[in-house]
Amino acid sequence: MTLTETAPDRESDEALERRFEATIARNDRIEPRDWMPEGYRRTLVRQIAQHAHSEIIGMQPEGNWIARAPSLRRKAILLAKVQDEAGHGLYLYSAAETLGVSRLELTELLLAGKQKYSSIFNYPTLSYADVGTIGWLVDGAAICNQVPLCRTSYGPYGRAMIRVCKEESFHQRQGYELLTTMMRGTDEQRAMVQESVDRFWWPALMMFGPPDADSPNTAQSMAWGIKRNTNDELRQKFVDMSVPQAKALGVTLPDPELVWNEERGHHDFGQPDWEEFMEGVRGNGPCNAQRMEHRRRAHEDGAWVREAAMAYASRQDGATA
Amino acid sequence: MTDHIQTPAEDEHDSAYAGLLVNDAHWAFGTDFEDPLAGVDTTIPEGVDGPTLAVYALMLGDDALVMSHRVSEWTSRAPDLEDDIALSNISLDLLGQARLLLARAAKADGSVVPVLPEGSPAPPEDALAYFRESHAFRNVRLAELDNGDFAEATVRVLLFSVWRLAIWERLRESRDHVLAAVATKGVKELAYHRDYAARWFVTLARGTDESRARLVAALDLLWPLWPELFDTHPVEAAAAASGVGVDPAGVREAAEAVLDQVLAAADVPRSEAPRRAGVLGRTGRDGTHGEPLGRMLAEMQSVARAHPRGQW
Repeated sequence: MTLTETAPDRESDEALERRFEATIARNDRIEPRDWMPEGYRRTLVRQIAQHAHSEIIGMQPEGNWIARAPSLRRKAILLAKVQDEAGHGLYLYSAAETLGVSRLELTELLLAGKQKYSSIFNYPTLSYADVGTIGWLVDGAAICNQVPLCRTSYGPYGRAMIRVCKEESFHQRQGYELLTTMMRGTDEQRAMVQESVDRFWWPALMMFGPPDADSPNTAQSMAWGIKRNTNDELRQKFVDMSVPQAKALGVTLPDPELVWNEERGHHDFGQPDWEEFMEGVRGNGPCNAQRMEHRRRAHEDGAWVREAAMAYASRQDGATA
Repeated sequence: MTDHIQTPAEDEHDSAYAGLLVNDAHWAFGTDFEDPLAGVDTTIPEGVDGPTLAVYALMLGDDALVMSHRVSEWTSRAPDLEDDIALSNISLDLLGQARLLLARAAKADGSVVPVLPEGSPAPPEDALAYFRESHAFRNVRLAELDNGDFAEATVRVLLFSVWRLAIWERLRESRDHVLAAVATKGVKELAYHRDYAARWFVTLARGTDESRARLVAALDLLWPLWPELFDTHPVEAAAAASGVGVDPAGVREAAEAVLDQVLAAADVPRSEAPRRAGVLGRTGRDGTHGEPLGRMLAEMQSVARAHPRGQW
């Protein structure tokens, strides 16, 4: 419900819109009770939901290695990390709820294939080094994407992102620390790290989305202050930051076109396989079906538990009323 | 720039990468305590037999390690996000207990630790977790069963934590400083685990017909392993006699009194399912387990065993 229906001095739609635009122009936050254009609300719900779903689906590829973590310390680190992702999902679903849509509704939209999650999680995790690589490159790319969102125009989303970013940064360091430890180990471990980086480098670059020329929603999202940088700007930033990290780690990045461009002050680099990216978006990536089936089964297996909790709660309410 | 909103911590966020190449001791959880028993007095109390203390610590540690592993298998599969997070907490607490107890066992008697290939950097607690065969594990059989539905998880965590908490309340008085310290910390954790499971036990019992039926079935499934928890193994008897351990037979009354309160609140009677036999009288504490433990360990140990000289 919006205030426009109850306020005695009902402002005209134009006046409300002018106020909204002025708030955006001042770089102030829009809050849940403020008037907002329907398109803004819809865009936010789509983006926050996609982000929340990504956290929840993202539990699976790393969760795949909890049972096989090779030391008690690594097992604790990984379990705690995957738990943090569940926590991020909670914050983000809560932020979406301030826009009038429930966690259950969003989950059902995901399961019906009507909302997306980040395509990176449709890649399989094939060795323990992937746990480190996901921390370093995937969480690293996520941070690049998400740090600007701490300043996004919608208040609850921006505040959730501040917490998420702090924890993601921690995860990224843990991942990088695992890789540096493995690189100090045996030849087999070093080969495992390199193989993992070879597999995840291009998918990590895809995480910033298609090139700006092919990203139809970017302009409106930037005008509304939901998005703060273009896909290509963020991708460049990520590449520039990753190169010295790869060097310090002692791995090579699998891109023959990757070279420092003195004139631009940035690295030049090749393009990921956008056709493979689109296959993932269309649902045909290597693990799309598996990830969705896992999520669907968890949701369905839990249905009787959630029903029991509701039944018990309503009986308690009845007893005390 | 106009896109600076009034969030003062912006620079901090933008520098998420800044510390990556810097040696910053704060940056990775757990990396600052390589030795889990650092700073604790690990002297074996006078009159206590080192090998007895070691095997006793292994028993308590293996219970925690195996139970933690089973609970961790719920990750990303729980009925709701809140429960996913709660179950991870329980698993993490037990994993922490396991790490300390296995380290204690190794310190008390180094001969319990498997010999690894020369040059292996694995600390003793990892050698114990990842390089023992299933018959060397001393956990109770309740901990090792394959997971079932959420009712089964609820009942298992309830039975396990009611029993373990009753022991640990007394273990706080252990003459062994390490066991006393581990128990003092663990009592708070186990009380949370017990309350979490008890709350769900009552909710499922009083929820829907289906949830009640599933709960009662889970109780019948696990009840046959309840008596085993209170058997006194000779090592437990010796540990209790020397003042470092607790005789589980001595806590049965207290544990059942607590359990009966939960059953009463749920209006569920005790199960009448009979006790499960062992093999030639041997059960979990003797190293005689059911089939699921071997499969569980095959998975859990696979990476560590493939890289015995690996650094993790």
